[in-house]
Formats: sequence, structure tokens, C-alpha cells
Amino acid sequence: MISRRDFLQTTMAASALVGASGFGNWARLAAQQALTQDQLLDFDTFGNVTLIHITDLHAQLKPIYFREPEINLGVGAAAGKVPHITGADFRKLYGIADGSPSHYALTYNDFTALAQAYGRVGGLDRCATVINAIRAARPDALLLDGGDTWHGSYTCYHTQGQDVVDAMNLLKPDAMTFHWEFTLGSDRVRDIVGGLPFPALGQNIFDAEWDEPAEDFQPYQMFERGGALIAVIGQAFPYMPIANPGWMFPEYSFGIRDERMQEMVDEVRAAGADLVVCLSHNGFDVDRKMASRVSGIDVILSGHTHDALPEPVLVGETIVVASGSNGKFISRVDLDVRDGRMMGFRHKLIPIFSDVIAPDPQVAAAIDAGRAPFEDQLSEVIGRTESLLYRRGNFNGTWDDLICDALITQREADIAMSPGVRWGPSVLPGQDITREDIFNVTSMTYGKAYRTEMTGEFIHTIMEDVGDNLFNPDPYYQQGGDMVRVGGMGYRIDVSKPMGSRITDMTLLSTGAPIEPEKTYVVAGWASVNEGTEGPQIWDVVEDHVRNQGTIRLTPNTSVKVTGA
Amino acid sequence: MIFTRRETLAIGAGAAASAFLPMQVNAAADDVIAAFTGGAEVADGGVDLNAPEIAENGNTVPIEVGADGATAIMLIATGNPTPGVATFHFGKLAGAHVAATRIRLAGTQDVVAIAQMADGSFKRASANVKVTIGGCGG
Repeated sequence: MISRRDFLQTTMAASALVGASGFGNWARLAAQQALTQDQLLDFDTFGNVTLIHITDLHAQLKPIYFREPEINLGVGAAAGKVPHITGADFRKLYGIADGSPSHYALTYNDFTALAQAYGRVGGLDRCATVINAIRAARPDALLLDGGDTWHGSYTCYHTQGQDVVDAMNLLKPDAMTFHWEFTLGSDRVRDIVGGLPFPALGQNIFDAEWDEPAEDFQPYQMFERGGALIAVIGQAFPYMPIANPGWMFPEYSFGIRDERMQEMVDEVRAAGADLVVCLSHNGFDVDRKMASRVSGIDVILSGHTHDALPEPVLVGETIVVASGSNGKFISRVDLDVRDGRMMGFRHKLIPIFSDVIAPDPQVAAAIDAGRAPFEDQLSEVIGRTESLLYRRGNFNGTWDDLICDALITQREADIAMSPGVRWGPSVLPGQDITREDIFNVTSMTYGKAYRTEMTGEFIHTIMEDVGDNLFNPDPYYQQGGDMVRVGGMGYRIDVSKPMGSRITDMTLLSTGAPIEPEKTYVVAGWASVNEGTEGPQIWDVVEDHVRNQGTIRLTPNTSVKVTGA
Repeated sequence: MIFTRRETLAIGAGAAASAFLPMQVNAAADDVIAAFTGGAEVADGGVDLNAPEIAENGNTVPIEVGADGATAIMLIATGNPTPGVATFHFGKLAGAHVAATRIRLAGTQDVVAIAQMADGSFKRASANVKVTIGGCGG
């Protein structure tokens, strides 16, 4: 909750900028008053090597709104540490003024008011402008894509990732690693990877049958930049076949494999690498642990958990850089590499304010050309929202509440389950909900909405299982998503307890009765990892619901009680 | 002690929950280990046990064990109904004291490797392998 003081300060800040809040040109003017492209790009070029990190784009080629999480609990060694600090505490930690552009970009408070002042974020054409500006200062900068790139939009789904591949290639990345890409199916992934003009990396991508490194992906790539030899080692998402449907890419096995990571570091050092960079899709807490177990990595460019940190986190002699998601940020890391060592660094997390940064005309034209055949479908207005729709957070977001409402009403279920993914842009109160908006929070290759019967005991098992993926005190046992979102059922969770005893007080909200272990409930959900799941596509379910409702108004969800944090 | 209705409900749910706790080391595993060691003391360390933190498929979990100078290594899935998985014997001419196999795990549990050394002493290593329903990857 925002304090009264927070609220007063931000309204003052916002009113100083705009005079009145509003959409369209007002927001644009406000953003331009507060910020300039030069300010966002301002950077004293340092050392002899520059890394540019973009990750977890989730196919968001156009500018969007994206609200950062309110609840992001850390457990075990990560308790109380970044990235598990949010809101006012986050701003205090980094000295961010209330109502400032960084407040809007990095924290959740007063999101609607600040969004009206500062406008949309991201857009790959804006990212291109930033990347080009960095390359103007350092022509041989390395652009590294942390993955979750070819997934997450209407056009990406309907082109099997081609629209994003084409747009990204215009940015000329130097290397990439992977996660959701594999949900396109292994044939499609190999098809795309075979044509990429840059290496596809993953030291932990193995052949499942032989338990040997997979031939289609190389573990690392060496680059000569600024007189230094740089090794970039790829680390794909370790829990692909567990968190996503393994039957879609049965030839591959993953895992953290930090022993092999150490072998690769030793191998590239022996080959003369002056700088070792790990392009990772581990998630932040896993990267922090890996940095403490594998020696000799200078920089970990961390993806997967969508955290955006204004400063790198130092673990021993390794810096861990987290660059956000959905095209909202790009990290620039300048390094002084001499005598086979990283001697110093300078870093900036650059927020992509879409109204401030001019789009790159070539990339903008390519994106629009890719969208043109789908424009009628994308822009069709399905309904309108009076509530802020967002997803990020450990337990529930309003988008998930809406999706669960849709599942319960459209599929006539007692209880709904929606996956705790971290992607999906926000929609502001007063905005139309278009088909594109619905796809942005539901698009996937296994989106069929199942309807099934489950006993109370099995529902509890699922809740405990997912809870442990998030709150196991050892990050190597976490998968990096958020808690499964539940509609129609309330519960209490003590995040400090071990698996099997975190979830209590499961209650059927429609009657207020406790969930009984032996009793059977009708459960509707989507994104099952099981092969052969049947049902309508989730985006059709949500579209029907939004169309029926016309205007979406959501009441605050208080059905999850959290303790132990 | 007087419980409120609310606490009573919570306790009831807690009792129900205990049925779903991860597999515990069962007596059968202790018996298998005792039969292998003859009750001798087992020192921690000196055995390499390579197992995934989370199994991609609980029905076929790749496990690798090794211990320099071992004459035999026993692999135990402590939470399986039949905990004894395999015992690998290494002869005097063995080039490497390493073995790899795939095992089936009934649920989240500790996998234990016990090595018998040439001098008759025993060493052990253990790894927790999680077997999960999956889904919900961010």
C-alpha cells in the first residue's frame, strides 16, 4: 500500500509535469519535459570493452506498459536482498526520488498516475536507437541476448517466432541463449538456430539420450574486442523440461551443470580469454549461487527472473547484471580489461522510455511491415478496463484474476489455476483491451484450457509443489516463476516452512467451506505441461469473457494470506 | 490449552498436509546400508555423486558415482520402496572408479552413494533430488 506521504509527493511530482493527467500527447509531452534521450544515454565511455545486455523481450516489439512487482519474497540466503526488495524500500536502497522516472521504471507504487506522466516503455525500435548510440561510442560493443525472445505475442505465435527473429537480426546480436524458444518445438528451434547470423549458446544444453553436449548449440564463443580476448559462455534455462512441456523438445536435457560451467571457464582461460562473460538464463538467485561456486567468471548477464537492478551485484570477483524484461531496459556495461583481468567496470541500466527515445526508422518500418498482415486482428477492441491490469508479483496479479474469472465462468469450474509466469505487459485503467493485449498475457504453444476434476488432496499437492519451486531456500531447487494463480479458492502460505507444510486453510470462496482432501472439485486451468491436453485456447476463453463483461472492474484480491517472510 | 476455532481449523489442515511430506529415509534404506557396511562406521566425503537437483523425469534420473581407490560403490535411493539400486564392483585393473546409470525415483528424496575402499573403510556422499509435477515456468 502506498503511504499518504508517498501519494502526496507523487501527485505533486506528476502535476508539476503535466498539469493534468491524460493519455496520448499529454503523456508524450510530460515525458519529454522530464527527460531527454541524451540524458538516458549519457555515459562516460570507460575502459576498452562494452557489453550490451537485453533479455526476456517476450516478443514485445512495440512499446508497452509494465508494472514491476509489489511482492517478490526472497528466502534462505536471498532473504531481504535484491532483487527481493520492492517499492519504497527499493527506492530508498538506491536513492531514487519519489515520482522520478526511475521510480516509475523500477517500482510499482502509483503506477497508473506515473504511467500517465511518463508514458510507455520499450519497443524494439527504441532499443535499436539505444544500441546504435552505444555502438557509436564503442563500435565493437558486444550485444548479448539472454533469451525468452521468440515468445509472447500474437504475431510471434502466428509466425512461429519469425517476426521477432527478423526484428532482432536487424539489431545484429553477437550471441544468444534460450528458454521459451524451445516451446516452439525442437524442429522449429533448430530451423531458426541454423539460420541465425550469430552463435546460439548453452553449455548446459545436452542430448537427452546420450547425456552429452548437444551438437546444435555451442557452449561458448570467443570474441576479440578492444585488444582483449572475451569468452561468452551460454547458460540456457536449467529447468526447461520441468517448467515447460518436455515433450515439445524431447531430444534435449538441461540442468544447471555448474561443474561443466567450471570446465568451460577453465577451458576458455587456458585458451587465453582475458574476460569471461556468462550469458545466463538461470534467474537471479541461481546466478548468485553459481557465481559463488564457479570461479573465474567476471560478468554474469542474468535473465529469466525479470529483475531490473540499477547496479550490478558483486559476488566475490563476479558482477551480476540484471536487465529487466519486455524490452523495458538495456544494460550497458563498460569494462577495463587488461593483463588478462577485469580491472574495473562502469554500468548503466537504461530505461527505454518510448516517448523520449526516438524509434530507429529502419527497425520501426520492419516491425510495422511484420504486423501489417495481422493489424485488423491485433487492434480489434474486445472490451475496456477500469482496473489496472498487471501480472508481476509472487501471488496474484489483476490480469491473472481476470483470467481465472474467465476460466471459472466460461468453463463452469469451482476453481481456476493460471500459471505464475512473469511475462505480460500491463493495461491502464480507462484503456481498451485489444486482442493483442490478451495475447500478450496468454500467448504460448500449449495454451489449451483444460477442465478436469481434482481431489482437494491433489490440489494441495500442486500448491505445495509449485510453492517449493518458488520458496525452496536453496535457489538450485527453484524454477524462477511465481506462485500458481488460483481463482475460486483462498489459502494461507507460510513461505518459511518446508515443502508439504507451507499451504494451509485452503477454502472454497463460493461457499466459504474448507477444501476437503477427499472431495472432488472441478478445476479449469491452462498451460499444462502434459501432452494431449484438450480444450479451447486460453486467449479465446479470455476474449469471450471480456466481451461478455464489456467493462472489466476487478476488486482487490485478498484470498491469499502470506506469512513467514 | 484452549484453541480458538480458527487455530483448530489450521491444525486440522496441517494434519492433512503431513500426508504429502516428501519421502523420508525409511528403515529399509538403513538395513541395506548396514548389510553393505556390516555396521562399520561411514565417513562423509571422498565420494563424487553427480545427480540433478531437480529430475527432468523421475522415471529415468541420470546418476554418476565415483571414488578413487574404491573396490565397490553402492547406490541407494533412500525414499524408494526398494532402496537398493545397484552395487558397482571395481577390480584391480579398473581404469577409473566411476559408474553412471539411470534410476527411477518414487518421489523427492536423498540419493546416497557408499564406497568401500581398498583398506576396508567406507565413505559416503548424498544428494537431494527433487521430483516435481512441474509447470509454471516464468
